[in-house]
Amino acid sequence: MRDDFVRALCELAVDDPRVMLLTGDLGFGVLDEFAARFPAQYVNAGVAEQNMTAMAAGLALDGHKVYTYSIANFATLRCLEQIRNDVCYHDADVTIVSVGGGFSYGQLGMSHFATEDLAILRALPGMRVVAPTEPWEAYAATRALHASSGPAYLRIDRAGAALTTPNPGFQLGRARWIREGKDATIIAIGGILSEAVAAAERLATLGVDTAVVAVHCLKPLDMEMVARVVASTPVVVTLEEHTTVGGLGGALLEACEALRTFPQVMRRVGLRDCYPTVVGDQAYLRGAYGLDAAAVVKQTIEGVRAMRQAGNE
Amino acid sequence: MAAPFVGHGDTTSVTEALARRIRGHAVRMTSRGKSSHVASVLSMADLVAVLYGAVLRVDPARPRWEGRDRFILSKGHAGAGVYAALAERGFFPVERLEGHYINGSVFSGHVSHKGVPGVELSTGSLGHGVGVAVGMALAAHRRAAPHSVVVLTSDGEWDEGSNWEALLFAAHHGLHQLTIVIDYNKLQSLDTVDATLRLEPFRGKLEAFGAGVCEVDGHDHAALLAAFAELPFRQGAPNVVLAHTVKGKGVPFMENQVVWHYRSPQGEELVAAVQALEADAPDA
Repeated sequence: MRDDFVRALCELAVDDPRVMLLTGDLGFGVLDEFAARFPAQYVNAGVAEQNMTAMAAGLALDGHKVYTYSIANFATLRCLEQIRNDVCYHDADVTIVSVGGGFSYGQLGMSHFATEDLAILRALPGMRVVAPTEPWEAYAATRALHASSGPAYLRIDRAGAALTTPNPGFQLGRARWIREGKDATIIAIGGILSEAVAAAERLATLGVDTAVVAVHCLKPLDMEMVARVVASTPVVVTLEEHTTVGGLGGALLEACEALRTFPQVMRRVGLRDCYPTVVGDQAYLRGAYGLDAAAVVKQTIEGVRAMRQAGNE
Repeated sequence: MAAPFVGHGDTTSVTEALARRIRGHAVRMTSRGKSSHVASVLSMADLVAVLYGAVLRVDPARPRWEGRDRFILSKGHAGAGVYAALAERGFFPVERLEGHYINGSVFSGHVSHKGVPGVELSTGSLGHGVGVAVGMALAAHRRAAPHSVVVLTSDGEWDEGSNWEALLFAAHHGLHQLTIVIDYNKLQSLDTVDATLRLEPFRGKLEAFGAGVCEVDGHDHAALLAAFAELPFRQGAPNVVLAHTVKGKGVPFMENQVVWHYRSPQGEELVAAVQALEADAPDA
């Protein structure tokens, strides 16, 4: 997904001199092409994320379209107040790009796990929160964000499985149905969508007809999607490589409250309120912390059972 | 920044008169609003008056004019002083200052750009202004634009690491368009700078980070004008005007008294403060 973001940004920078890419001294081997082709539009701000983000606001207030780039929490939590006060309050045209959503850097340890970023960034007024689910979507979202303006957060997985072919109808903010189903719907955000698809395939063999919805935009959340999901299946499961506090599951329930309609059974699958203390690759940690396909299958079946029991009483 | 806009007559008499009006507004605004930070405004009133009165190229009729010099107040808690300067320069009617701190007003205690023409950046959390100013200076640098970016900081806010990050960057990239004015009154929120977190040797630190530094009496208008006329202090380097000031300047009972960082002048105190400022006027 990293490369898809950079490819899109290179294309955009050719025609738009307003595009500026600031990195916090990260992106070895990833940003080389951009740096070589657009030296006047590339700045290594050094290991100084607060200043990088404040500068981004200053550049944006002077007419640039600025992208700040770093790994995991460095582009977000380290400089959160600069994002809040300097970028968001001034409606500055800055896209904060964080590479390594969730457990992308699973062996590097807790400091490199981005597992609270969606909730925290989502709380900022004016901030759009985008976490592409597939590589082509990272490319499409980068282009779509460039076509808009204002603060945005782009969370990209380091890698990411290609599940579908690029959809020419992609619209920023509109969720996509990967498959239909009548018993349950799994809604996933970010690269962990691949686990949702694997879970749905397994559930089908167990007689549970499961829809999968890919959400790349947490804020603003696609309200039509929420209404359709609640109306179409009694069981709704959310999946995110992120804490269950305030992320996709929380946002979905908030949306349900706003719409005055709720699923009959709801399960939120994500990282329970803790800091992981062991390391491993992304697939290992998803399994170890209960957010892989097996965990989704288990939660979905429990949800379907709970719904059927309630129906029999 | 180039030539002062008051190109004739006695520039210091113009800027000194502006400083007196800013101080008068400051004590009245903080009294009416029962708000803090009157001493912080008095400390920087001469700096703001010289900047808005003679140095910054700004146009009240076109607050967003692209060729303007950019000014950021990083010590946002002294926002009343910038609101007063902007009103006096004609960015909006002086009567609007009466809204300061009032329910429903946009004139917040910490400076805000929303609904206030002429304010470039909202601040209030310390250590933000220099970084944003560096971004603006970088933008000017890239476009080879002739305007300057001036950011006014307190001394206490140099406790913030973000300022030093920003200065490192500005020096590395030779951003001579940037001028950082430091209101060095040596008093912070609870105690002196020396007792809180020592900055000295402050000038040496700033120079070691790559700035061209000019030390000046921050209440001497002629000296300040001379300093701004000398920019840049060093070729290819960001500038720092290290302005030695007195917190609470102009109201003797507030000068160098830590309590006036938070206290609001009420009743007899307001009367005495206004009298002290009026006694200071040349025609008194």
